[in-house]
Amino acid sequence: MSSQQEQLPKDAAAAEGKVNVQINGKWYRFPKGTRIADACNSVGIHVPCFCYHPKLSVAGSCRMCLVEQGMPPRLAPGATPTYNDDGYQTIQWMPRAVVACANTVAENMGIRTDGTVCREARRAVLEFLLTNHPLDCPICDQAGECKLQEYTADYGQPSHRFTEAKIKKGKNISIGPRVNLDQERCVLCRRCVRFMKEIVGEEILGVVGRGGHNAIACFPGKTLDSNYSMNVVDICPVGAMTSKDFRFKMRVWFLKSTPTIDTNCGTGTNIFIWSREQQIYRITPRQNDAVNSCWMPDNHRLNYKYINSEKRILTPLVKTDVGAPQRPGAWEPTLRAVSEQLRRCNPKQTAIIVSARLTNEELYLAGNLAQLLGISQLDIVPRSGEPDGMLICADRNPNTTGAKLILDKDGRTLDDIRLGIKNGKIRHLIVIGEDVTAEAAIPESHLSKLDYLLVIDHSETATTRAADVVLPGVTFAEKYGTMVNITGRLQRLNKAIEPLGASRADWDILRSLLQGSGGDMSLLTARAQSPMEILDEIAAQFPAFKGVSWAAVGNSGIPITETGETIPLIEREQTKQ
Amino acid sequence: MSDIIYKPGHEPHPRETRRIFRNIDRVGYTPSIDSFIKDGGYETLKKVIKTEPASIIDEVKKSGLRGRGGAGFPTGVKWTFIPKGNTKPVYLICNCDESEPGTFKDRFIVHQDPHQLLEGMIIACYAVQAHYAIIYMREEFPEAAKIMRTALKEAEQHHFLGKNILGSGYDLRIILHRGAGAYICGEETGLINSIEGVRPYPRIKPPFFPAAIGLYGCPTIVNNVESLCQVRQVLMRGGEAYATDGAQRSPGTRIIGVSGDVKRPGYYEIISGSITYGELLYDLCGGPREGRTFKAIIPGGASAKVMSCTEVLKGRNPDGSVRKMSIFDVPMDLDSIAQHGSMSGSGGVIVMDDSRSMPEMLRNLNRFFAWESCGQCTPCREGNPWMLKLSERICAGKAAPEDVDLLKSVADNICGRTVCAFGEACSWPVQAFTTKFREEFLARTQPINALKPHNPETAEARKFLSRED
Amino acid sequence: MTESTDAISALTVEHPSPGKKYYPPFQPTADLEKEAKEYVSMYPEGKELSAVLPIIHMIQGKFGYICPESMSWIAQQCKCTEIHVAGIVSFYPGIRTRCPGKWHIRVCHTIACALSGGEELIGYICEKLGIDPKELSGDEPMGISPDGLWSIEPVECLANCGFGPNLMVNDTLYSQMDKEKVDKLLAEYAEKA
Repeated sequence: MSSQQEQLPKDAAAAEGKVNVQINGKWYRFPKGTRIADACNSVGIHVPCFCYHPKLSVAGSCRMCLVEQGMPPRLAPGATPTYNDDGYQTIQWMPRAVVACANTVAENMGIRTDGTVCREARRAVLEFLLTNHPLDCPICDQAGECKLQEYTADYGQPSHRFTEAKIKKGKNISIGPRVNLDQERCVLCRRCVRFMKEIVGEEILGVVGRGGHNAIACFPGKTLDSNYSMNVVDICPVGAMTSKDFRFKMRVWFLKSTPTIDTNCGTGTNIFIWSREQQIYRITPRQNDAVNSCWMPDNHRLNYKYINSEKRILTPLVKTDVGAPQRPGAWEPTLRAVSEQLRRCNPKQTAIIVSARLTNEELYLAGNLAQLLGISQLDIVPRSGEPDGMLICADRNPNTTGAKLILDKDGRTLDDIRLGIKNGKIRHLIVIGEDVTAEAAIPESHLSKLDYLLVIDHSETATTRAADVVLPGVTFAEKYGTMVNITGRLQRLNKAIEPLGASRADWDILRSLLQGSGGDMSLLTARAQSPMEILDEIAAQFPAFKGVSWAAVGNSGIPITETGETIPLIEREQTKQ
Repeated sequence: MSDIIYKPGHEPHPRETRRIFRNIDRVGYTPSIDSFIKDGGYETLKKVIKTEPASIIDEVKKSGLRGRGGAGFPTGVKWTFIPKGNTKPVYLICNCDESEPGTFKDRFIVHQDPHQLLEGMIIACYAVQAHYAIIYMREEFPEAAKIMRTALKEAEQHHFLGKNILGSGYDLRIILHRGAGAYICGEETGLINSIEGVRPYPRIKPPFFPAAIGLYGCPTIVNNVESLCQVRQVLMRGGEAYATDGAQRSPGTRIIGVSGDVKRPGYYEIISGSITYGELLYDLCGGPREGRTFKAIIPGGASAKVMSCTEVLKGRNPDGSVRKMSIFDVPMDLDSIAQHGSMSGSGGVIVMDDSRSMPEMLRNLNRFFAWESCGQCTPCREGNPWMLKLSERICAGKAAPEDVDLLKSVADNICGRTVCAFGEACSWPVQAFTTKFREEFLARTQPINALKPHNPETAEARKFLSRED
Repeated sequence: MTESTDAISALTVEHPSPGKKYYPPFQPTADLEKEAKEYVSMYPEGKELSAVLPIIHMIQGKFGYICPESMSWIAQQCKCTEIHVAGIVSFYPGIRTRCPGKWHIRVCHTIACALSGGEELIGYICEKLGIDPKELSGDEPMGISPDGLWSIEPVECLANCGFGPNLMVNDTLYSQMDKEKVDKLLAEYAEKA
């Protein structure tokens, strides 16, 4: 105890590779080399900034993050420093503010964000930014999530002193198939320029002109058509870059954001789904440094239209007789009829094709159903494409790893099932979440030869059209669950909207079928009423899932297994650091 | 020296000491290497290339030589900022982007005596062990570019440049890189970005000097043309001898460029601190034009704060007592004028007499700074056009009295909050002009203007708000 | 909704100029490429980008200005993108995107020259050459005489402040100018035409 008292704070901090920094009168300890902005934000003292983005190089040009800084006075040669009762040196405050983004913390440094120096600097910068800004918030998509708007409310002044003519620049310029640019709203933070150059590796955007005429531009004939172009909309702190898809659709404050994951490929990019009243308006990336950093590909982001599309099946569909059309049915009688039918099927002549787009919980229930009915022929439909060297991996199924862990299936026996259907050895087929005509190369003519085809899917496909019974499942946005990405990270899927129409979550349907098919209920205890509880069961049964729980997975996921796979963009980001 | 004859009208004033400008406007002197060698050129290089580079740096540090580009940073100290144990190549850049309005000294060196610069530069390169150096010359010197290219070739032919210089084993290549008319390229990190071929935005500080991370991420020394010529003088005379010449804290000679309302504008090379502003303007420059009196002086290039000729300054007598003095009593060294709130900068003195309107002068300066702002950081990019519009409005008689305060306030908001020193450069003149000549600005305003719209859009919008039909 | 013109359009659209008859149109040739390579070789290896300014100067010197096609060509030589070249071209006042006249006059109007009458001189020259002074404002202030022989551009500080007003005709500096001297100068050049 006594030795600790004798030790000066600076030595104690140095032993941990840290430095002591006073922020707004309180002492904190940060690792050496921490940027002042990051240090302040990490202890809840917000430093406003436009140009600084932790994933991009430091520009230091917006001057919004100016803070008051002080250091111990420089000692005369030969003098020794003096320490106060707490073991710190006095801080000599500098008359001018410094930028918090480009400067790092140092031992015994003082930072003030609540003094006149800082307040005046922020007020001045905001006033300057608004001089040539068009002030068109009422028609700007960014309103509600605009940094300029927020900071002006927090740190700006109520009235403006600029009464001259504003500098005119380009408005509503289409710089790419998905992005529009408004040069007048731009604060010239160059985040978009740096993103395209540093992350995507294409210098497609640049600044042209000089002084007050500076503007972001794209060379005529060139377009911002990268599959990552919409990230510039996300990182644009103001409404200069807007998404063509989202333009004028909805004010952001009406939208609910749900943290979840993207299911377009095995990366499992972390996203927010922005919805209102059962309608999805946009998807944006959510920061997860182990999965997707702050970014996501455009094609994944825009692949949400099917959720609210006309193609959705909203009630169970039942074919009452061979050759008869499918008719809407009620859930309970349909489930009863299906269960009865499943019990009658010869398990040797029955196969199940599940999708690796299903959650772990659904795969687990599907596995249980197969076990209950004695069906041994079960597999997933593998799906692959060209990886893009960034975030899109070759595996286009979001949960191949989960299927491997829970069902020990990876699509290698799909050929046998296909052949069985072709030569008539398989008479009954259960398809969950796949259009097997398109994805598993099982032609409709073969499907029509089956005695019984049960399909669980959310939208109409050639497979559902051929089915005897279609049970309407839901999309990834309408259910809870977990998935394991290619790197072996267990991540959560959260429900953004309620299942549309009379559709039900796939896990719910499978659970009903399990119960309806009678059999051994011990496979599914009465406890497992929700995906969270099913996850607990999985955790109890599978070694890889040992100890995991819904809460433990959290919004950023946890690694549960080693796959040897990596995400190129994340690799690059880590080597850069 | 008696053998030096200057062209008529260009003879030096007896109070001048021509060292750097010794051969400027001299009859019979050409930019050729022969002229230079005949005048004792490259002898210093021959002497010092046999010594240790470190001893050259020591000599320059001893001399107390301070940079002549405007900031006045000790040259020798700057050289020592190259990291110890550095393994990357070291670059030296000669800043010949002379673009501070009122400054016109480097022009004559590069046009008339290029080898003087080259010799100083080769010595400096050898001292910091740079093997690749660049002369960054402003685009407005096309003739000088031709002259300098010839000079580089000549120097190479005489083995003062290239491989194994004078048999010392030291290699050096110097290239000429031309700018394209941007004032901001005079800022050393903007200059480095310009050479790198990116938009010449000044780099974010820290690092405060490019000596550690400069051109291509390597240690880089940037020195002004006159500074490098002074380096030659230091080595020619010896550091100690140099240090005893002139003002103690800024020794050596200084080249002063005088422009504006004096009888004899032009350049004058003086021993630093040996004369006062009064002596410069009345004796060397011949006083004000006929029937006029001096009104204001910008003592160190356009970005220095203007001094009113009538303002009372506080000076100190040798015994420590305070005495009243005017700008004319301030000695011409690097620091004296700084004590009175302005700066000596790069030695460009702009003089205005009583016929001049101060708002008009400020409008001109505001236009310069609004035009030259690179637009990288917010306060400078948005503030300069605003200040220009305000001062244009004041000059046009369309401003209200409070607009003068607003103008000053905008300048206050820029100063100290920008990436580079341009923020100070553009706001100091505004602060000084509007404070020191406030009455003159106010006289151009009318309170009623506060109610009038100042831009067509506001005027348009007002139509819908007025009650008149 | 109409899509308005942006900052770069002005840079990359061919502006009509009567001065064009005095300059050859830009044509990429093997000789040009060779010359560009020489500039690239001036800089350390892998630093092609440094040659962007020298190459731009070369193109401007030969063809009078930087046309959109030449920007693409320069980008190839320096291994960068067109937008990068456009960013450089649009930044420097010394680089033109409009073709000047055969003789391009740059008149200094910064404080020292303004004190000795630089600003008035601009108006006088415009009047003499039949150039609309309104053209001398905006992003790229330059007026061209109808015959394409002359163009005028107000510039900031030519660094000859003690001997103002200063002006440059192409590469030659003329100092201590006044109206009479301008008359004489213009007449001299007109004779050469």
